[in-house]
Amino acid sequence: MAKPAVLTHPESLKRPAGPSEYAKDPVNASMTKAEKIALYTKMARIRHFEQRCIRIYQQGKIGGFLHLYVGQEAVAAGTISLLGKNDHIITGYRDHGHGLMVGMGMNECMAELTGRVTGCSQGKGGSMHYFAPDKNYWGGHGIVGGQAPLGTGLAYAVKYMGLKGSCLAYMGDGAVNQGAVHEAYNLASLWDLPMIFVVENNGYSMGTSQERSTAHPGCLAKRAEGYNMAWDVINGHDVYEVRAKTALALKRAHEESKPTVLEIFTYRYFGHSMADPDKTYRDKEEIKEYRDKKDPVLAFEQELLREKVLTPELSLKINEEAMAEADKAAVFADESPDPTVADITKHIYWEEDNRGPDTTSRGTIIFE
Amino acid sequence: MAVISYREALRAAMREELKRDDKVVIMGEEVAQFNGAYKVTEGLLKEFGPKRIVDTPISEAGFIGLGIGASMLGIRPVMELMFWSFSYVAFDQIVNNAGNIRYMSGGLINCPIVIRGPANGGTNVGATHSHTPEAILASHPGIKVVCPATPYDAKGLLKAAIRDNDPVYVMENTILYNDKGEVPDEDYIVPLGVADVKRVGTDLTIVAHGRAVITSLKAAEILEQEHGVSVEVVDLRSIRPLDEETILASVRKTHRALLVEENKPFCGVDAQVAYLIQSRAFDELDAPIHRVSSIDAPQIYCKRMEDQQLPDVNRVVREALKVLA
Ligand SMILES: Cc1ncc(C[n+]2csc(CCOP(=O)(O)OP(=O)(O)O)c2C)c(N)n1
Ligand SMILES: [Mg+2]
Repeated sequence: MAKPAVLTHPESLKRPAGPSEYAKDPVNASMTKAEKIALYTKMARIRHFEQRCIRIYQQGKIGGFLHLYVGQEAVAAGTISLLGKNDHIITGYRDHGHGLMVGMGMNECMAELTGRVTGCSQGKGGSMHYFAPDKNYWGGHGIVGGQAPLGTGLAYAVKYMGLKGSCLAYMGDGAVNQGAVHEAYNLASLWDLPMIFVVENNGYSMGTSQERSTAHPGCLAKRAEGYNMAWDVINGHDVYEVRAKTALALKRAHEESKPTVLEIFTYRYFGHSMADPDKTYRDKEEIKEYRDKKDPVLAFEQELLREKVLTPELSLKINEEAMAEADKAAVFADESPDPTVADITKHIYWEEDNRGPDTTSRGTIIFE
Repeated sequence: MAVISYREALRAAMREELKRDDKVVIMGEEVAQFNGAYKVTEGLLKEFGPKRIVDTPISEAGFIGLGIGASMLGIRPVMELMFWSFSYVAFDQIVNNAGNIRYMSGGLINCPIVIRGPANGGTNVGATHSHTPEAILASHPGIKVVCPATPYDAKGLLKAAIRDNDPVYVMENTILYNDKGEVPDEDYIVPLGVADVKRVGTDLTIVAHGRAVITSLKAAEILEQEHGVSVEVVDLRSIRPLDEETILASVRKTHRALLVEENKPFCGVDAQVAYLIQSRAFDELDAPIHRVSSIDAPQIYCKRMEDQQLPDVNRVVREALKVLA
């Protein structure tokens, strides 16, 4: 049995769950009551959406891969809650939480999972390939690490256009070993791009614990030093801490146009995907310990109860509403139609979808 | 003869070759402790230990390149790609290095590496995970490509690939992993470049590879039962080298050809086969060659539509009837 990766991590151990040291950080202290409740509500919605997905998968209505975000909610919630109109995000295949955080609806998200034409990608992308460019969300990418250069390109474009913005590219602890990630690190630093690489370190890449996959100088974020980049480590169960430290990286991006690597310690409660029986590479105890001590949604609920921002009644109402919303989304996904055979060959080329006097290419482009 | 699954056949091939040659090393993501993402390598770590069965980080360009380098010094790496779709991040190693080093060294070096893993659509995992790169890879001289459709061929081709002194890329299919078939107990190989007539017939030749063979065999059955047509199904098994003579012999007998593959149509394997038939057996043909391939689009996620995007039995039957008309 591999030794438990997350719980023994020195950075993670330093801060057991409890009142957040970061409640008084300006980005958190300045939040209104309504903003705090809204943030908690979003975290609860992610949790309930994902748990609803499990049932739908078990009913056989979702096929392929389903990578759940349960346990990691504070990462997407904390980081994305800080973003403004010129800040963009991009992530891997564990992408539902980010989608809900940027404001995608549960209906379109659920319908995508069941392959319906009402899904966010019209049933063409699936669980791993959510996109909402109107909300600065550039996916949803199935190939490990591929989003890192893309995100760096988004940051480049933001800078090129003279905007005060940034891009956050999320990836896992296993993804840091893809060549594309290293090339992106170098480019972001060399060209002073407003980029934040967010390593969501949940301790495992599939069945491989972090120490079996990665040589590193103490933590994954520290690799940034090799590229002359700033870095930080964050306890990902504490949404306040996520916000406080991400805010500094955002400031660096916005004001100095410099990149940062943030490593956020987190944990996934379910298997790598629903196809992973999760029986061989970690102890159930390890999962339970994290759940009991550091559950990010519960931790924030406790925090807000202590602050008297939430009451138990309000919290219950928020959770019940989120569950009801997920139930409704499941019905919506069930009742929505499939794409058609004719739809298969749509959306391949911009030009084919937008034929008009200005489109110039000729010749056969879709073959029989 | 034992009846075993396609997955077990692949595993047996690796076990036997690991035993036969201590230079054989299995490497890939999750192949050792996790027993393989698709359990093809299950039990091998226990039997052969961590020197022979090696888990890698998610660094395809790195570990595939490393395998190619090691093969130059005589190691015989059998690298697992969790999906052939992930070969694209290692394309330079796979094509430029493994495929060219022998040529560029004037024959001084060879790369006896095997890269294997699933390359198929039909599993509802979307465009990034559903590539079938056999035609792309086989278009590079220096590279060999095989696509087994049955447990017997899976074992025999993989063993031949491991003993081969050139880079051999083995494309499997996750949908076939549980298919069962007879496999001899004694040592055997299926030589690369030998097609197999999986069904004998007289009226129409279907040429296919990989899972399209299984689809074609089902279609052939329907064509016989419902339309009284006798169909011969030629399973290429190996894309490069290609068994041209078996294809031609079949066409000379039936005088009609239908080419079926799960690739997208543009420059698929069938393009090469169609060229071969028209160049060497044009006068034998009583009808134009037809083909059935995947609908020309990135792989759609929606399972119901993906099943239609891929060649299915109905489409093969319909197209066969057109060739026969
Ligand atoms: C290039 C590539 N190689 C392999 C895979 C298969 N794969 C998908 S996710 C994954 C593990 C990634 O782990 P990590 O980066 O830690 O992210 P997590 O799943 O924990 O969020 C692997 C090996 C892939 N999708 N792309
Ligand atoms: Mg991970």
